[in-house]
Amino acid sequence: MTEQTAILPADKGRSLWADAWARLKANRAAVISGIYLMIMAFACIVGPFFTPHDYTTIYQDYNRVPPSLSAYPKPNQLDLAVKDAVKRARLDLAKWEEKDDKIITSVTSGKPIDERVTRYLDRSDVLENTLVTDKSADGLSLTMTSDVEKKYFYFGTDNSGRDVLTRVLMAGRVSLSIGLLAGLVAVVIGVLYGATAGFAGGKTDEVMMRIVDILYALPFIFFVIMLVVFFGRNFILMFLAVGAVMWLDMARIVRGQALSIKRQEYVQAAEALGVTRWGILIRHIVPNLLGPVIIYMTLLVPQVIILESFLSYLGLGVQEPMSSWGVMISQGAKNMPSANWLIIIPALFLTSTLFALNFIGDGLRDALDPKDR
Amino acid sequence: MQPPILSLNDVRVTFTTLDGEVEAVRGVALDVHAGETVAIVGESGSGKSQLMMAVMGLLARNGHASGRADYRGVNLIGMPKSELNTIRGSKITMIFQEPMTSLDPLYTIGNQLMEPIIRHRKLNKTEARVRALDMLRLVSIPEPERRLNSYPHELSGGQRQRVMIAMALANNPDILIADEPTTALDVTIQAEILELMAALQRELGMGLVFITHDLNIVRRIADRVVVMRHGEIVEQGPAKEIFARPQHPYTKELLSAEPEGRKAPVAAGAPEILVGDNIRVTFNIGGGFLSGPPLVLKAVDGVSVHLRQGQTIGIVGESGSGKSTLARALLRLLPSQGPVHFDGQDISAKSVKDMRPLRSELQVVLQDPFGSLSPRLTAGQIVTEGLLVHEPAISAAERDRRAIAAFTEVGLDPRLRNRYPHEFSGGQRQRIAIARAIILKPKVVVLDEPTSALDRQVQKQIVELLRKLQREHNLSYLFISHDLAVVRAMSDHIMVMKDGKLVEQGTPDEVMGNPREDYTKRLMAAAFAA
Amino acid sequence: MLRYVLRRLLTAIPTMFVIVTISFFLMRVAPGGPFNQEKGLNPVIKANLERVFHLDQPLWRQYLYYLQNLLKGDFGPSYNLPDFTVADLFASGLPVSIQIGSMALGLALIVGIALGIWAALHQNQGTDYAVVALATAGSTIPTFVIAPLFQLAFALSLKWFPVGGWGDGAWVNKVGPILTLMLPQLAIVSRLMRGSMIEALHAHHIRTARALGLSEFSVVLKHALRGALLPIISYAGPAAAALLTGSVIVETIFQIPGIGRYFVEAALNRDYTLVMGTVVVVAIFTVLFNFIVDLLYAAVDPRVRYD
Repeated sequence: MTEQTAILPADKGRSLWADAWARLKANRAAVISGIYLMIMAFACIVGPFFTPHDYTTIYQDYNRVPPSLSAYPKPNQLDLAVKDAVKRARLDLAKWEEKDDKIITSVTSGKPIDERVTRYLDRSDVLENTLVTDKSADGLSLTMTSDVEKKYFYFGTDNSGRDVLTRVLMAGRVSLSIGLLAGLVAVVIGVLYGATAGFAGGKTDEVMMRIVDILYALPFIFFVIMLVVFFGRNFILMFLAVGAVMWLDMARIVRGQALSIKRQEYVQAAEALGVTRWGILIRHIVPNLLGPVIIYMTLLVPQVIILESFLSYLGLGVQEPMSSWGVMISQGAKNMPSANWLIIIPALFLTSTLFALNFIGDGLRDALDPKDR
Repeated sequence: MQPPILSLNDVRVTFTTLDGEVEAVRGVALDVHAGETVAIVGESGSGKSQLMMAVMGLLARNGHASGRADYRGVNLIGMPKSELNTIRGSKITMIFQEPMTSLDPLYTIGNQLMEPIIRHRKLNKTEARVRALDMLRLVSIPEPERRLNSYPHELSGGQRQRVMIAMALANNPDILIADEPTTALDVTIQAEILELMAALQRELGMGLVFITHDLNIVRRIADRVVVMRHGEIVEQGPAKEIFARPQHPYTKELLSAEPEGRKAPVAAGAPEILVGDNIRVTFNIGGGFLSGPPLVLKAVDGVSVHLRQGQTIGIVGESGSGKSTLARALLRLLPSQGPVHFDGQDISAKSVKDMRPLRSELQVVLQDPFGSLSPRLTAGQIVTEGLLVHEPAISAAERDRRAIAAFTEVGLDPRLRNRYPHEFSGGQRQRIAIARAIILKPKVVVLDEPTSALDRQVQKQIVELLRKLQREHNLSYLFISHDLAVVRAMSDHIMVMKDGKLVEQGTPDEVMGNPREDYTKRLMAAAFAA
Repeated sequence: MLRYVLRRLLTAIPTMFVIVTISFFLMRVAPGGPFNQEKGLNPVIKANLERVFHLDQPLWRQYLYYLQNLLKGDFGPSYNLPDFTVADLFASGLPVSIQIGSMALGLALIVGIALGIWAALHQNQGTDYAVVALATAGSTIPTFVIAPLFQLAFALSLKWFPVGGWGDGAWVNKVGPILTLMLPQLAIVSRLMRGSMIEALHAHHIRTARALGLSEFSVVLKHALRGALLPIISYAGPAAAALLTGSVIVETIFQIPGIGRYFVEAALNRDYTLVMGTVVVVAIFTVLFNFIVDLLYAAVDPRVRYD
């Protein structure tokens, strides 16, 4: 055994993973969905830092304003806001006009006016930098100029005057992370349980699967609701509750796969080689189990998101000021038909994400498990 | 001479796949006359089945046929379905390889048998039932009245194929196309079905198109032989002519593909290396809480094996005879009763852990070249997996060097060692499986139907390879097969098993030339009838 | 056959028992009680109420009481709707839920099976893609999105239907809830049917049927369809159990007096008996429909045996 033996170069093989990847890349719907999801995830994670508003900020002057690409305030809102501010300052409005992007407001009062009234105008969401430009000798009338505070609400605002764009992105964080994490919880439990049952076989398998059968017979959605209702609305509990419901299918699938892989001749061959149980598990069973698990997980994530939205819709999900798409949809439903963007926008975000996830799941299934092989 | 009933001209079949158009049949011309048997012979992928599927309008959705297939002057290719359906099942019928799945599992035999009769003969139910009963008697199904109400799963494979034949012949067709109708059956049943078909053909005088890869069958029943390869006919002519004087080199190759030669017996003093005495293996079927005591199946019932160094024992038997189970018991891959000695030491009581060091000397090659290789490992990783267990100390470079040596030894290009199993052909995969076994330098190799899933020529190459390896490494083989020709060529001692018991054993000449037991006689007659 | 039925019913008993037990104790470990929220409730009255309902007893005794009453068919009084027993609530609500649910499922099965067969026969053609698209949309968009959008479009804008309410069972009031409940089911059924029909059409015995010149009608509707229905049957059982016991979402959004809306409300109010009653009813439906599925399965597939 000398070291001189030249190592013969070898052709590169194309693994099943490489094949699957190539097939996936050829699936246009899956690729577009993947890109879409990445953009969506990126927007939800980073977006709220760059939107002009905070998701908790309340603009009293902008209750339920519709989505618009041009800046707020619109003229009638300006009028309303000026009148409102003047009223709040307990003054009488003589007139107001807009000139060179400045608002010039003239007010009168029965008593001499304190110059500090400018703060009433500033306090409005519409005006800022208010200065006194002219004051009558008796102090009973006053002229002020203020800048218009330009605000953009591309997706409008909600009932309490919060920016829907920021909120829908924040809600996306919640929905996506619950989908991902609870999906992961379900997959981990399901894979461990199913693989153990399938690999152990015999009596262990029988008992473990009987338990799953009984759990299947339980009205499980009720249990989630109970858990959430009784133990409070806790973010972590949401993961656990949702994950705990969803693992059953995974366990069955994995167990079935493990059983069938165990009977494959290559596992028998490995046993005949003297490979240990652990070696068989790691080298033969797990890699071949991975395909179905990945497929199922991508199909599980949208289900989990729907379940979370469903719970949120019932008012059992995340709580104010946090939000999820389900919460927003339920609030939007209460504001139909006057403010239909409040339901249409989150519904669009939710369904488009679900669509994308489904397309990726289908694409992965076709790529990893082609029937025509 | 009368005009042919079926005349094919320039038939082409293409399939649209992801890799583009694939031509499966490339311009075939062929005539079938009344009352003659035409055998279409070829390897898998030669287009022989697709040709007849095209004629019957049974191509898969992505398949497309062109050319002419004239049945009594009417072209069947491109004929509208409704018109074709008046000819299919009535004038031309087809039966298939899979007896287990070719019948609808959800309807009774009677229902399925009567349906084409009612449809094509416009009979009422009572008349159709009479005809159906006649047909079942014709194909020798016992208790035909009762069988009419049976479901397919209540019948054996052979009986199902008889029902298929009854369905096909119920309307007195001119032509019966049989696509490997006996391949999935055990040899003795195979022989019965072939006899039945030949008898019915004589009786009913129909043309028979027999698609097969098995030259033994062709020799037995065909009037005319058509040899196909790569979608084309390479040679056709009267059967006697083809067998006596094949013209085309491919035909010659096919005819000589029968494994040849005999193995010389080992010296009388050769040490016994693997000995099993009175081995028993039982399985419990069902049973458990509420369902009563389990059914005990004796898979192996008191069989003894004495394998000497350098010897090859061939174990033959039909499916369910317990031959594979016996081998697994000897390898200690299954719990069994009865002492097993390997190289002098008793291994019957050894634990999985204690057996591990011995595994390198006691290797196995399994039947299915598609299933026995882990699909997500490279060929190199598969071949060297045993080294990881038995020689964990050696370096990756050394493992690679050994893999190269093993690849070379089994006749594979070592540069292919980073490829994955799906990139190899069936024969190449079986070579990989053999390399995986011999890289550990074993003393005994159990070969469990290693050639059964392969085409004849490839089979022959694998047999040669196994012989070469045996000579070079003084290996002892336990060779399990239902294919008697291969067993005869490989072994110097043969054991015949049936229902878990040993029926007969001896040298190939004793067992095959002069079988004592009834079962062995039937087996030999079925396999080597000329 | 009879033995099989009896044995199945016998095995249902432990399942029911487990469900009742888990639900009972899970509910009780949660903090709070049915009479805690009512502020200003005189402690004496509260104690009286608890005594009337045995809530002052040890938990295990309450459990036994409950089981005992349940065996007598008594679900107990509702704690928060004091004028009604749980049985009263079900008697008025269950027919409504069953009506809506069965109509939705029935429609979904009929239309879904037809669409699935149609798509399978036109695989990879325009019509197939249309069915697949519909199925994807239907199974992707959640009910609580579909329902308000339905209201927005057909009730508020077009004014074809009332926004909600039962209207004593007038058909215009049922259209929205039935359609909303049906759509996801329709999607799943048609998708399932398409897949199993494509697989069934690839079966070897279909090739046999074609080779024997049987009509396309017989090939598809006699030989392929029967086997292809098996997955639909398995799916329809649990789906029926879920649909006939009412949907929280649909009943809340369309303001329908079914039993689906009780559960969440009851759970929030710690209305123990109503929660338990709902769980028991749903479990009974689940067990019942699983049983029906098994019988249907055996009727369709002779390979399934009663043993």
